[in-house]
Amino acid sequence: MAQQVIRPGAVPRATARGLEPSQIRTPAQLAWRQLRRHRMALAGGAVLVVLYTLVIFAEFIAPYSLDYSDRARFYHPPVVPQFWDARGVSLRPFVHATTLTDPGLRRYSVDDTRRYYVRFFTRGEPYRLFGLIPSTVHLFGVDEPGRIFLMGTDQSGRDQFSRILYGSRISMSIGILAAGITIPIGMLYGGIAGYYGGRIDNVMMRIAEMMIAFPGFYLLLTLSAVLPTNVACTTRFYLITFILAFLGWAGFSRLIRGMVLSLKEREYVLAARAAGLDDLRVIMRHVLPNTASLVIVVATLGIPGAILGESSLSFFGFGVREPCSSWGNLLVAASNLPTLILSPWLLFPGVFIIAAVVAFNLFGDGLRDALDPRLRTG
Amino acid sequence: MLRHVLRRLLSLIPMLFGITLISFLIIQLSPGDYLAEMRLNPIVSPQTLEQMRANFGLDQPLHIQYLRWLWNALRLDFGYSFAFQVPVMWLISSRLFNTLLLNVVALAVAWAIAVPLGIHAARRQYSWSDNTLSFAAYFSISTPVFFSGLFLMYWAYKTGWLPIGGMTSIEYEFLPWWGRVLDVARHMVIPVLVLGVFSVAGLMRQMRANLLEVLRQDYVRTARSKGLAESVVINRHAVRNAINPLITIFGFELGGLLGGSAILEITMSWPGLGKLIADAVLQKDLYVVMASLVIGSVTLVAGNLIADILLAYSDPRIRYD
Repeated sequence: MAQQVIRPGAVPRATARGLEPSQIRTPAQLAWRQLRRHRMALAGGAVLVVLYTLVIFAEFIAPYSLDYSDRARFYHPPVVPQFWDARGVSLRPFVHATTLTDPGLRRYSVDDTRRYYVRFFTRGEPYRLFGLIPSTVHLFGVDEPGRIFLMGTDQSGRDQFSRILYGSRISMSIGILAAGITIPIGMLYGGIAGYYGGRIDNVMMRIAEMMIAFPGFYLLLTLSAVLPTNVACTTRFYLITFILAFLGWAGFSRLIRGMVLSLKEREYVLAARAAGLDDLRVIMRHVLPNTASLVIVVATLGIPGAILGESSLSFFGFGVREPCSSWGNLLVAASNLPTLILSPWLLFPGVFIIAAVVAFNLFGDGLRDALDPRLRTG
Repeated sequence: MLRHVLRRLLSLIPMLFGITLISFLIIQLSPGDYLAEMRLNPIVSPQTLEQMRANFGLDQPLHIQYLRWLWNALRLDFGYSFAFQVPVMWLISSRLFNTLLLNVVALAVAWAIAVPLGIHAARRQYSWSDNTLSFAAYFSISTPVFFSGLFLMYWAYKTGWLPIGGMTSIEYEFLPWWGRVLDVARHMVIPVLVLGVFSVAGLMRQMRANLLEVLRQDYVRTARSKGLAESVVINRHAVRNAINPLITIFGFELGGLLGGSAILEITMSWPGLGKLIADAVLQKDLYVVMASLVIGSVTLVAGNLIADILLAYSDPRIRYD
């Protein structure tokens, strides 16, 4: 941050109010001060930090790999580490092993004669951290034949907690990637339309309005149905991201256009033009940077939209597909009601969706209050 | 005003042209068509396939297909559904009522709850009830509709209080008319709850923000200082002005009446338009998809137009020329 840089215009005004130079705050400091007061926004930010930590260290935190499958323990209920059993209290958390007794009703009998202690930094399946560093160390695990299924398993005995962690990669990055495509396109498009105005603006906005008038979910379905199905997971993921971005740019460019319409009449823009800068440079260097706070807020509030969009698409089988996992894709297992009734833990991925979206919304609202000088409370 | 409406209606024409052209190209340029599945069926002879292709007009070049569709659509003939072998309009109108029923009831419930809650939250800004309400609002706008649908169906099964999905029970046909109404009403509780709560959150926050803005105005201070009762100040002076911007939202919601509940309809197997269209997209039932895209866009634009008109009607400061 440019904390030491004090803009020339700010000094006389601040000293006139009797402030020491050290008390002068940059816009970023003011925004941070405001954000700190917004406790809900901070809570949202904290949840996001936790979620992104899970994303980055997914292989290390997950006790099992993405493809690990224990066929003898399908639809296994969650195994939560416990501190006591019939034999008394233990300071080390442990689990009991289970065996399938009724495949129809998916009943498991618990063998409580032996404790399997939860081991931390234990050896397990090999993986590459960040796709680079080979390792076999996992944050936690239990010895065979004990199993630690924190959130139960699915129809082929895959650990749901591990799959949620791997799935968070897709679900938590799709919004950011979609925003990364939407924002430059929307800014340039809205910037040009707003800056030139008149006929150009008219035509460009009619096209954008056409995009907005498309019934969103149907267009999303139509486009995803067009996607090739026989491609790698990652390719499909990028295509879905692209579709989500394709739906988002129009509304965003309209916001930018409205703002640019008023910005272009400011003196500094006139000054830049009088100094002989060409149009593109005026737009890029002088007009668009002033929409920055709006862009940050729209991006933060737009990411949850993309997360919800991806999860809905994947839930209906149009988005990310097996064997990859995303939060929406994992919920497909819960869409069969008889299955859901016997195995309600299949709803866990939804809890992560809600947590991520609530966190982004809270943080985005706090950010908006912090970046908008009119909403600052002293 | 009339000129404004006319101009908006005129601008609808190129827009619809663009929307239908783009959707047509997207669907037709994607690999495979409705007949792809039949081609794998040994019972269907190649002659029959050619016959069907010709009947559906799929053997023509793309631009002829589109122009032919457009010409028929202008006369409100949207063609035949490949899958159901009935006219598309017939198919859509049979589902239209179910979707409208669900959405209108949900809309009414949402407004009846959201406006009073928003007023309450604004009058007691930062009280515990305001904070609780806004936190609940965050939760409801952050929950995917299909997830709350699933969760409530699970809950309905566990308690046995409500039917799970669908629109009617098996014994529907044998019920007297009031029994049928009651049966559908019972099936509607969960979908209305899911859709309603989802839009309550947004509406309530908007109402709260508007009322807070209005309560800072001079005329409210005047009303208070001349000794009017607080209830009169709120109901007669503040709320009337605060509710104006909500009319725009109302227009948007009118526009979403037909397409807004698709996800929930699919999740809870409600026999409405959304489910029909999702199936049609999957099966590449071309003309059903085209017709529903047209209907969806027209209602969206019409909703915005109605909002503009209502706004001008309720707020004399707004003039469109």
